[in-house]
Amino acid sequence: MIVETIYLDHAATTPLHKEVLDVMIPVAEEVFGNPSSIHSYGRKARQILDEARRTMARSISADEKEIYFTSGGTEADNMAFIGTALENRKKGNHIITTNQEHHAIYRSAEYLEQLGFDVTYLPIYENGLISLDDLKEALTEKTILVSVMYVNNETGVIQPIPEIGEMLQEHQAFFHTDAVQAYGLLDINVKEMHIDLLSTSAHKINGPKGIGFLYASEHVPVSSLTFGGEQERKRRAGTENVVNVKGFQKAVEIMNETRKENREKYTILKEQFLEILKEKNVDFDTNGDPSRTISSIVNISFPGINVETMLTNLDLSGIAASSGSACTAGTVDPSHVLVAMYGKNDERINQSIRFSFGLNNTVENIREAAIRIAQIIHRLKGKRR
Amino acid sequence: MNNKNTRVVVGMSGGVDSSVTALLLKEQGYDVIGIFMKNWDDTDEFGVCTATEDYDDVIRVCNQLDIPYYAVNFEKEYWDKVFTYFLDEYKAGRTPNPDVMCNKEIKFKAFLDHALSLGADYVATGHYARVRNNNGTVEMLRGVDSSKDQTYFLNQLTEDVLKKVMFPLGAIEKKEVREIAIKHELATATKKDSTGICFIGERNFKEFLSEYLPAQPGEMQTLSGEVKGKHDGLMYYTIGQRQGLGIGGPGEPWFVVGKNLDDNILYVEQGYHNEYLYSDALLATDINWINQRPKQQEFTCTAKFRYRQKDNPVTVIMKDNNQVYVQFHERARAITPGQAVVFYDGEVCLGGGTIDQVIKENKVLPYVG
Repeated sequence: MIVETIYLDHAATTPLHKEVLDVMIPVAEEVFGNPSSIHSYGRKARQILDEARRTMARSISADEKEIYFTSGGTEADNMAFIGTALENRKKGNHIITTNQEHHAIYRSAEYLEQLGFDVTYLPIYENGLISLDDLKEALTEKTILVSVMYVNNETGVIQPIPEIGEMLQEHQAFFHTDAVQAYGLLDINVKEMHIDLLSTSAHKINGPKGIGFLYASEHVPVSSLTFGGEQERKRRAGTENVVNVKGFQKAVEIMNETRKENREKYTILKEQFLEILKEKNVDFDTNGDPSRTISSIVNISFPGINVETMLTNLDLSGIAASSGSACTAGTVDPSHVLVAMYGKNDERINQSIRFSFGLNNTVENIREAAIRIAQIIHRLKGKRR
Repeated sequence: MNNKNTRVVVGMSGGVDSSVTALLLKEQGYDVIGIFMKNWDDTDEFGVCTATEDYDDVIRVCNQLDIPYYAVNFEKEYWDKVFTYFLDEYKAGRTPNPDVMCNKEIKFKAFLDHALSLGADYVATGHYARVRNNNGTVEMLRGVDSSKDQTYFLNQLTEDVLKKVMFPLGAIEKKEVREIAIKHELATATKKDSTGICFIGERNFKEFLSEYLPAQPGEMQTLSGEVKGKHDGLMYYTIGQRQGLGIGGPGEPWFVVGKNLDDNILYVEQGYHNEYLYSDALLATDINWINQRPKQQEFTCTAKFRYRQKDNPVTVIMKDNNQVYVQFHERARAITPGQAVVFYDGEVCLGGGTIDQVIKENKVLPYVG
């Protein structure tokens, strides 16, 4: 039985755009020089880095000297969080983040706690949002860093980033946001939004895996977490991944042009998706304030349906979606984000699935996916004794 | 039914047996899916769990076979149905058999239900047992490798369940299983077989049990009341046990022959063939008949009182409330309450139950516990 597979897990990763691949191949074939070398081979490679860096900077209204290439979102988050904390320790040892962060931040925070930093984790509420009042209350004279994920990777909820930036203007604390999920769809202007540090990843926007960047405003001292050569203005040692940088640049260019139309396209896809589920009498609820959620992500709880049973059935019917974080032994642990929203005893944490839309999704295959989901749900419910 | 359109969900543990089970079914052309069951949270203080390693082996084997793999979490079911029973039995001074309960409640109930919800026609496991359709009656037979036969642990299955079960390894020898794995270069081909109770693993049994049940040390006595030393807690001992008693002195070695729960006394006697270790009948509860309940009130068959024991000829006398009285044709040694008694008619496993009382010359042995 061959069924058409439908990929609805773009928040996990996205397919490489054909045009991105097309620009990477000649670089891989011809440009092998080390960007640090002072000969023509090196210069040719360095030129690619410079051009790309300019594209990245423009995409968020930053200066090209403020863009540091990393191996991806995780490394950018680690650098922003740990690098900033260590470098600014003399100003205070208090850091504020939230309990909806990606593990790249969460684990970094735990590490800093071991080093003696105080970390405050702001709660999120049932709607998936933090409260600005909580943030205001948590700020102290010793706070040196505030890190809030822009768009949550599990619920798609958009945090009040400009408002936080505004609030922190009068405070010494630097403001970091993990914008890995936001970068592809939201218009970001780091200067207007008073963002000091921002992380991105190429593979979430149809670029290659293994590349991302950290934007760090010129006035933010960040120490390097890698030790070696003086690449990336001494902030990130190691020979640059020129082929991936080239691909990332192309992905950003395409993203800049299609951001608005994609936002609208995914809004329609999400509407269609939910409409079919309703039409087919599927019992479901969405998680996170719908008016504050990015159009590419919808997190749905299906009452009475166990996540593992549902995800396995989805995969067997050709639909790729996901839920929470897979435990290393393959089973699905409840998402820490949903636990933060609802508490650990709420049924919804074991019944929720994330669907995320992307490049190759169409109204037709979204409708088809919703129909298959409805069939699975009705079959599972019919079976219940 | 066409094999290609027959979906078989294989319970995969990351061991060689379930790996070869999946391989054989795949070779027969079935639509095979591998599923790893996580029944126990064994994460240690460093955040490492052996389940991670085992699941990793499941992934590698499934990728070699090119079949999809998933995991399912039955930690709660396992705790409620198997582990709670396990502790309760130890508290009662008995020696439980968690594998029997795991097969009954987890592998062939929770897991079977899960597989059916995925559209499975059958579940398969790497057990050494056979399923035979005998003119419409689905029976469970011993595995052909008699040294590996696992029907003892499967005695609580029923015909309804067996209709949805495949045991591909039942038809071959364990030696062959390894050979097949090696020939196909399966990632688990040379992996050591797991030993012991799954949730305890390689850990020290005493240490494990003491985490859950308070140990109450007490006296070791002979049945005539002679104090022979101290015991660490009755739950650590089983009938017929020789190791770990620490009684020296002249003469034959000492063995556990019984327990007195009320006074916290462990009874010991000297000699492997000590009279007190022998009995001639037992009463068993929770009897399950795999096929129909026998119509005769009394019948002869063979029985095993523990795993890997040779068959004993017995007469079974049916009682009410799922109980049977089992009269041995020859007296038997170290019958242990809490263990399973399993009945056979030749190759066919008839079912079994839990040993509740040990009887000798028509009297219940009070010291056995």
